[in-house]
Amino acid sequence: MTTHTTIAVIDYGMGNLHSVAKALEHAIQFTTGRSVSINVTNDKQLIGSADRIVLPGVGAIRDCIGEMQRLDLIDTIKDAAANKPFLGVCIGMQALLSHSSENNGVECLDIIPGEVTRFAEKLIDPSSGERLKIPHMGWNQVSQQIKHPLWHNIAQHQRFYFVHSYFAIPKTAESIAGSTTYGHPLCVALAQENIFATQFHPEKSADAGLQLFANFIDWDGSYDSSGQ
Amino acid sequence: MALAKRIIPCLDVDKGRVVKGVQFVDIRDAGDPVEVARRYNSEGADELTFLDITATHEGRDTIVHVVEQVAGEIFIPLTVGGGIRTVDDVRLMLNAGADKVAINSAAVANPDFVREAAEKFGNQCIVVAIDAKQVEDRDGQARWEIFTHGGRKPTGIDAIKWSKKMVSYGAGELLVTSMDNDGVKDGFDLPLTRLISDNVEVPVIASGGVGNLDHLAEGVLEGHADAVLAASIFHFAEYSIAEAKQHMAKRGIEVRL
Repeated sequence: MTTHTTIAVIDYGMGNLHSVAKALEHAIQFTTGRSVSINVTNDKQLIGSADRIVLPGVGAIRDCIGEMQRLDLIDTIKDAAANKPFLGVCIGMQALLSHSSENNGVECLDIIPGEVTRFAEKLIDPSSGERLKIPHMGWNQVSQQIKHPLWHNIAQHQRFYFVHSYFAIPKTAESIAGSTTYGHPLCVALAQENIFATQFHPEKSADAGLQLFANFIDWDGSYDSSGQ
Repeated sequence: MALAKRIIPCLDVDKGRVVKGVQFVDIRDAGDPVEVARRYNSEGADELTFLDITATHEGRDTIVHVVEQVAGEIFIPLTVGGGIRTVDDVRLMLNAGADKVAINSAAVANPDFVREAAEKFGNQCIVVAIDAKQVEDRDGQARWEIFTHGGRKPTGIDAIKWSKKMVSYGAGELLVTSMDNDGVKDGFDLPLTRLISDNVEVPVIASGGVGNLDHLAEGVLEGHADAVLAASIFHFAEYSIAEAKQHMAKRGIEVRL
């Protein structure tokens, strides 16, 4: 196996690309001694030739998909998601599902079957009766639902940083890699073959987030959902 | 399993240096924002807030540089406030690595700026700072009014109505500071914090007046704050972030330990 790997962080003009790139850079020291080059790019060729792909993003889904279309990146992203280690973060996770109810309904990439929907208006914590704020903002505990290379060295119920008002409901429960509770159980990480995606922000989740990025850099993209 | 209440240390930055006498015991240079940020990060701060108190234009470039340096090394959310007046100011800070900006007087001068910024960059990165003082109506009823210019200028705007308006304009979070309590170390204005927090959908950060760890806990328990912000009790090494969290946990508050 080569010890050099190239990562394309897809730049479609949505927010926190540089935070993601910086955190990936910082995470290299926690990998198994790889040399890594990171490109923040919307160049189809660079994305096509990269060994692994990160799809980050903050903001609204309509702008997100709209920018991907405007930059003619949809097929490039779908190709990458079909055959190499691929990590979606926040809106970059939501974009992978079939459809989002944000902005009066937006068709997404339909790479992982499922819906994205908003938290209920009056969200209540059933255990305390406390009203819960939206966005779901801050550090919440992630319960790992499967054994996966991206959870390597990360404790069960580790806290990660979230900020979102919409959440994913995948069609099949098998794709749920992690969950949390906010008024109700919530899917916050997805796994499907060579794809992993998180609703939380690893780039803002201190050491645990850097560990997840390091795991991604080390990941060969294989995951057998049946063989755990 | 629940969302943790956040503890946010606030750093006043002037000309690229942390001011207000940060006195950590074993830090070489207490004025270096990167070193202070690193310290707070290792103690378990949930976020960091930089308040840029530099009034000059040249100072703006310096805070951008500070944000870049800190964002390159410390991987927790970072908010920058002070002098954010235009969409370009917001873009500059976000590009430098800030996750959120706090908008203060500019929101009062031009509420549409909040809407414009939220539409462009998303609600999640727009924090509106609510600086309020308790005043009396003609009939002697107490209420809270928005003040600008460091508490010197009354605006006639009711703080609760203003909070709701700012949320409807796209604020993703409110930073509520009591101008009566700021720097007094008597604790947050709990009725004000609670009234705002109970009346808006978005998270509320309590700020202004923290003198001890019970004040932080009360901000959550009685003020219904989702996060508590403090400056001097951490700067002067009176308490560490870790001690603050342990204390809050002891009072039954969910925190990230």
